[in-house]
Amino acid sequence: MQVPAPFEYERATTVEHAIALRERLGEEARFIAGGHSLLPMMKLRLANPEYLIDINDLTELFYISEESDEIRIGAMTRHRELLDSELLAQYFPIFRDAEKVIADPVVRNRGTLGGSLCQADPSEDLSAVCNALDASCVIKSTTGERIVSMSDFHVGPYETAVGPAEMLTEIRFPLKANAGSAYEKVERRAGDWAVVSAGAAVWMDGDRIAGGRVGLAAVGPNTTLIGPVSEALDNVVPSEELYQLVGDIAAANCSPQTDQRGTEAYKTHLAMELTRRSLRRAVARAQGQEA
Amino acid sequence: MQVNMTINGQEVSEEIEPRLLLVHFIRDSVGLTGTHWGCDTSNCGTCVVLVDGEPVKSCTMLAAMASGHEVTTVEGLEVDGVLDPVQEGFMQCHGLQCGFCTPGMMLTSKALLEKDPNPTDEVIREAISGQICRCTGYSTIVRSVHWAAEHQTAAPIGSAT
Repeated sequence: MQVPAPFEYERATTVEHAIALRERLGEEARFIAGGHSLLPMMKLRLANPEYLIDINDLTELFYISEESDEIRIGAMTRHRELLDSELLAQYFPIFRDAEKVIADPVVRNRGTLGGSLCQADPSEDLSAVCNALDASCVIKSTTGERIVSMSDFHVGPYETAVGPAEMLTEIRFPLKANAGSAYEKVERRAGDWAVVSAGAAVWMDGDRIAGGRVGLAAVGPNTTLIGPVSEALDNVVPSEELYQLVGDIAAANCSPQTDQRGTEAYKTHLAMELTRRSLRRAVARAQGQEA
Repeated sequence: MQVNMTINGQEVSEEIEPRLLLVHFIRDSVGLTGTHWGCDTSNCGTCVVLVDGEPVKSCTMLAAMASGHEVTTVEGLEVDGVLDPVQEGFMQCHGLQCGFCTPGMMLTSKALLEKDPNPTDEVIREAISGQICRCTGYSTIVRSVHWAAEHQTAAPIGSAT
């Protein structure tokens, strides 16, 4: 029987209340959103918070909204809403690609975008998605808010830029013209963590790729955004040769480890192949050739 | 700490440890053992209950988090001695063999039919994809859900008072 170690439970009623609780209770307190990463870790005693602050009543953090130049998603928005959202499917089809293969429908009823990012598991799919889409994170405290890019948000495995008296409240995604995006994942069985997965986003200028980004999951403790890819995708004509080149760059810039999910060589191959496939689909979508 | 929730239309109020998981609260504190406790790792889905009408794996939710909410367990499907069409379907189409996965399968099916009264095979298979039938009786489970869809006369979730 797996049971978490004892802790005190508090339920926050507003964002301000949640942050005040976190500030008062200190480093040993953790927010619990959907709980589908944190509770399993607590059962295994890999996480032993003294206080849990339940933020499931913060209805103010459940939203997907369109602004003039960006999409804003509340941190408590659940996987199911990300999967079902027609707005996201229209602008960022990568979300639906990824959400279809994250865990299973029952888990997706609980898990949240903010919780996934704050868990900061190197194998977590939405971190790769958010990196590909050049997202930024709104972090609030009692004194105000700050905005950090995805690359600054993840400090290391299971570590984020969110301080002990702060809270991730919103994730923002810039809208770009003529954009396309896609996600490709290889897993051992349906709903499992990725062996490797890759997300690509591109934006076009006529027949040329104006720019693009690639984010990978499960390819190393500190690897998500593949920076050199962005240089290779700066104002170029799409072609199979380009996809191969970018795939090779991705493979050369990741550091997967051999484990039960596969060997280092296999994962490196997947990093190349899945980058190629996701980029190809992202370009096709940007050109209106694939929904 | 004190938790108060509605389980199958009944108000339940108990003093519990905050670390108590919903599955153990339902089984051990309330005594409703129809909810099964399986893998403990949110993989198998036999512990699925409905929280405010949505299927949730009760081994991965604290009882404290369910406080103030409406929970439906397999015991809540039958109303005044009349089986829910989902239960009837599982009986008519042999949707269970050993019966261990059945409570979770039926609750997920119930929630699915509330949203989609005429699901395709594919939709049913996707809906139950987070649950494991170790007898591998998936075909008959899908058939049972179709049977229920064709015989929908049951009351909506939460009306059992």
